[in-house]
Amino acid sequence: MDYGRSERPAGAPPVPTAIKILIAGGFGVGKTTMVGAVSETKPLRTEEVLTATGCGIDDLTGVESKSTTTVAMDFGRITISDDLVLYLFGTPGQNRFWFVWDELALGALGAVVLADTRRLADCFPSIDYFEGRGTPFVVAVNCFEGARTYRLDEVQAALNLDPGVPVLLCDARKRESSKEVLITLMEHALKIRESRRRATPD
Amino acid sequence: MTVPGESTGEQWVDDHAGPVVRPYAVTGGRARPVTGTFDLISLVTATRAGVSPEVGLGPEHLAIVALCQRIQSVAEVAAHLDLPVGAIRVLLGDLMARDLVQVREPRASAGLPDDSIFEAVINGLRAL
Repeated sequence: MDYGRSERPAGAPPVPTAIKILIAGGFGVGKTTMVGAVSETKPLRTEEVLTATGCGIDDLTGVESKSTTTVAMDFGRITISDDLVLYLFGTPGQNRFWFVWDELALGALGAVVLADTRRLADCFPSIDYFEGRGTPFVVAVNCFEGARTYRLDEVQAALNLDPGVPVLLCDARKRESSKEVLITLMEHALKIRESRRRATPD
Repeated sequence: MTVPGESTGEQWVDDHAGPVVRPYAVTGGRARPVTGTFDLISLVTATRAGVSPEVGLGPEHLAIVALCQRIQSVAEVAAHLDLPVGAIRVLLGDLMARDLVQVREPRASAGLPDDSIFEAVINGLRAL
């Protein structure tokens, strides 16, 4: 077994800290693409199982024999340092899987809401969710070929965003572009923490 | 929970929902781990280089020990074993009860991270 160089104080557990960032947005907007663009491995897929008892109001006509279904989440990993591992989770695309969102959002450093200007409304639920939860987020407009380009202030107005929320253009296929989105998100999250500290001085 | 904009007529199962599975066959029907909570990003490390088959341990348990010779998150374990996270949590609970794995819960469970984590992520991303 390889223990390597260690600068940790004696007695500290030799395990890095794990943190996560969420990549949200509508179906097909490029969430998994962005995860793959910055992850050190190709995106992995994990599944949560839903049981029929949790379905409640959902229409099960035609699937009566089915007792479970699964929600798939794609994720990737970036080793920041020996002490820090960042996981990127693409959130499930459908609204009905909110209970998975709650688990994903717990402890998340922040979220990227990916938007497609051809289907801008698809990202409304994600924005509502993170606003309601107080999770720091940025809106990244994925530039699809053939889509009319809008000015960022037009997108900001159309989404009725708080003026402090960063909106930026990106190409989710590109590593540099996706990195820039994540860095903007982390800087925004830091800014929010500073202003919250100012609002509630010790 | 009440979901804004959720349509009650929405079809429950679609292509995105994934295959129908019988996920708890490998756990003997148990849906909850005997110990531990296991966040998706809890980090799992095997405490031994290998485990010989013993009563109460199935091939999936042994596969987890083999996989976690290198630190893995719960999500990664689930992805590599191609099992749902819920089933993996049960298996990890068995292994933890036998001291065959160590699990480190993420920082969030111990309160909010401090600014230095955000700064480390920014610097780490820039250096990628």
